[in-house]
Amino acid sequence: MNNHSNTSHTGVTPGNTQEQSASLRTMDIVGKGLSRRYRAEKRFRLYGITAILLSITFLSMLFISITANGYTAFQQTFVQLDIFLDPDDIDAQALQDANYQAMVKKSLRAMFPNVKTRGQKRQLYDMVSTGAAYQLQDYVRKNQQRIGSVVQLWVPADDDVDMLIKGHIPRDVPETERRIKDTQLSWIDSLQEQGRIEKRFNTIFFTGGDSREPELAGILGAVTGSFYTLIVTLLLSFPVGVATAVYLEEFAPKNRWTDIIEVNINNLAAVPSIVYGLLGLAVFLNFFGLPRSVPLVGGFVLTLMTLPTIIIASRAALKSVPPSIREAALGVGASKTQMVVHHVLPLALPGMLTGTIIGMAQALGETAPLLMIGMVAFIVDIPGGFTDPSTVLPVQIFLWADSPERAFLERTSAAIMVLLAFLVTMNAVAVFLRKKFERRW
Amino acid sequence: MSSSNLLLVLLMLTAGGYFLGRRRAFVLAGASGRGQQILHSRPTYYGALAALWCALPALIVFSFWRVFESNVVTQMVIAGLPPDLQNLPADRLGLIINDIRNIVYANIVPEEISPAIQAAADHYTRLQAISHATLAVMVTTIAIAGILWVHKIIAPGLRARNHVETMVKYLLIACSTIAIFTTIGIVLSVLYEAIRFFKIVPIHEFVFGLDWSPQMAIRADQVGSSGAFGAIPVFMGTLLISAIAMCVAVPIGLMSAIYLSEYANKRFRAVAKPLMEILAGIPTVVYGFFAALVVAPMIRNAGVSIGLDVSSESALAAGLVMGIMIIPFVSSLSDDVINAVPQSLRDGALGLGSTHSETVRLVVLPAALPGIVGGVLLAVSRAIGETMIVVMAAGLAANLTANPLNTVTTVTVQIVTLLVGDQEFDSPKTLAAFALGLLLFVITLILNVIALVVVRKYREQYE
Repeated sequence: MNNHSNTSHTGVTPGNTQEQSASLRTMDIVGKGLSRRYRAEKRFRLYGITAILLSITFLSMLFISITANGYTAFQQTFVQLDIFLDPDDIDAQALQDANYQAMVKKSLRAMFPNVKTRGQKRQLYDMVSTGAAYQLQDYVRKNQQRIGSVVQLWVPADDDVDMLIKGHIPRDVPETERRIKDTQLSWIDSLQEQGRIEKRFNTIFFTGGDSREPELAGILGAVTGSFYTLIVTLLLSFPVGVATAVYLEEFAPKNRWTDIIEVNINNLAAVPSIVYGLLGLAVFLNFFGLPRSVPLVGGFVLTLMTLPTIIIASRAALKSVPPSIREAALGVGASKTQMVVHHVLPLALPGMLTGTIIGMAQALGETAPLLMIGMVAFIVDIPGGFTDPSTVLPVQIFLWADSPERAFLERTSAAIMVLLAFLVTMNAVAVFLRKKFERRW
Repeated sequence: MSSSNLLLVLLMLTAGGYFLGRRRAFVLAGASGRGQQILHSRPTYYGALAALWCALPALIVFSFWRVFESNVVTQMVIAGLPPDLQNLPADRLGLIINDIRNIVYANIVPEEISPAIQAAADHYTRLQAISHATLAVMVTTIAIAGILWVHKIIAPGLRARNHVETMVKYLLIACSTIAIFTTIGIVLSVLYEAIRFFKIVPIHEFVFGLDWSPQMAIRADQVGSSGAFGAIPVFMGTLLISAIAMCVAVPIGLMSAIYLSEYANKRFRAVAKPLMEILAGIPTVVYGFFAALVVAPMIRNAGVSIGLDVSSESALAAGLVMGIMIIPFVSSLSDDVINAVPQSLRDGALGLGSTHSETVRLVVLPAALPGIVGGVLLAVSRAIGETMIVVMAAGLAANLTANPLNTVTTVTVQIVTLLVGDQEFDSPKTLAAFALGLLLFVITLILNVIALVVVRKYREQYE
């Protein structure tokens, strides 16, 4: 022991002098390296800024490309037709039997009387949408007194005409590479001179169901489907999620069983959404025999998917309520349930609601599990209930994105804009709730 | 009576039960002459007890009935079919049942309806009507019986509050087990179909096979549909796209997290952080559209202009966009762990004369590494399970390649393409989707468990 301390003591004195000379050198080394190190520091900062700017650039690229593609879909080209409602053709007793398609064609022929050949006629008819006949039928049903007179009606133009007017089909390419032929171009020009072609606000897009014809396709069916699906999701996932969170936070004893539930919920939150789709397919459709493509089953699947989100958020909200509140309630003689219902829940509710809205926003944007349970079908009718076949907004976007027509491209982008608008609103409400009711104890 | 009407009636009965129970308690209190003092619980608890006993048993009966109704009715209809139809193989019988259902629900009615099937459809309608009527009667009876029973047992000494609280507690427990049942449901459903698949295709062929072409021959003499189920190309495709995504997401996400938590001032942070979180809230189908519409053509044009042959559904486009999607995920998780590193470590490093970036690189990051690794693992599991981007931007052809400019396919793409549309549930093609789903579930589960354990360990270290 003594020996050891001795050697260490004798070792110190020469070491000190060495360190002094070394410290001089260290200063030199530090000084030399300093500018390099400052450069590295600057570079590092630059990397950080670049990373953030990159992600913001990506974000703006995404928004700009979608808006640039989509804003034109909110307008649609309409053609004004003079249609003679011939009393010989329309039987007032059987309005639906009349051949409205023929009337539309007749009025087109009347506008361009020198069109003779079959091929040209077909090109002429192709300029207005097939939906024109249905629109005419609706008009006649509502205005029966007009039978026998000439009516002026604005009908939607075909999607190719629409694309040309909006400038998506270039005029200066050879005719064979263009979907609009030269004769059609001249007709469009003459119609434009007469003021018979006009871009108007596209109401069809907001009031129509899906369609194979881009100019007749709308999002109302998908929005309604999303609405029903989300209602089921909300009604199931909010009570169950809150109940689970309350049990785990307030009542559950700390034992193996609750540990399992907890780990389980954390894992479920990270299970890929498509696996929930497989679950829904195997359990709800194949085992329980529930119908395909309905909002009810979609709601079930999305409930299971959003439950972990809601539970985790609700537990965080319950955790943030200070124990003193609980102790005070118990102290004046409340039972545990009374303490939770009367004091803890009201204080935690804003946080729970925020979590639920975020979960709902997630569910609204979810596509993959719904593909599995058949909500990807082509459905024209607007669903009227929880068990009507329907699709949802993101799936509609997916379906339209697959369509080859140029006009569907802008409609897809516009549908995305609508979806993002819904999501932004939901998230804004969540942020507002959080800001308004957030309490720091 | 339709289900929604029945539920509405049940709701009204429950409300009625509540008021009856409460009034009964008031009446008893009034009759005693000592007012509410003689009651064990406050009157609302007596009402709540009546409401619970009215609603709960009826709801349980209702859901069980609805769950099993369709299967039972179908079985009974099959039993009522003529013997020659009953003896058909299972798939033909399934088609007939579908026809019958279509007639019943007046969907798409098949052109020619044989009398036997028409009779069966009538039988089906009749059975369903009987079942609905029985259910309606049973539910209302049970609900009313519940109210009457509680009404009868209400007495001043009845410990209504304790009863209600016990029932509420069991209700809460039941809700919390739903998470467990979800997991069990996932495992069982995927496992069951996967086992059926492995009976047809040996498991080693699936796991080690190099050829994936799930199109089965419908006729024996058909060419070009070998039905090979070797999953290696699919996995490699998934790994390739996930790796590209990670190459984008990890550096950008990590650097922005470092900048936001170590360098940025409050105002910059208040603007940049929500902006980055918007990226996390955008639905994946939008990213998919973006990838297919903007990024893929851009990469293709760039590749062509420097003389590279780029597929229009390149792995690079899908991976890149997936990476963008995951950036906020990586950055918010890293932000959390970097903030959890104690300030004293930073102070120590700065005090020794290191620059800010040296502190971050040599002290903060190593200290936060386990947490960051955990976050990255979670991000990887997300990338593997991501569906819509790859469905829309990656291809279907299962090429075994490491070239990011080629087309590859992923597990999720295959699941979607194999299962979307009407499928028979005994062909290896559809069952293969469940086998892929099982592997997907197992892989992501393992990644998540490791990540959660790592993150938890790390948190405990500094708490």
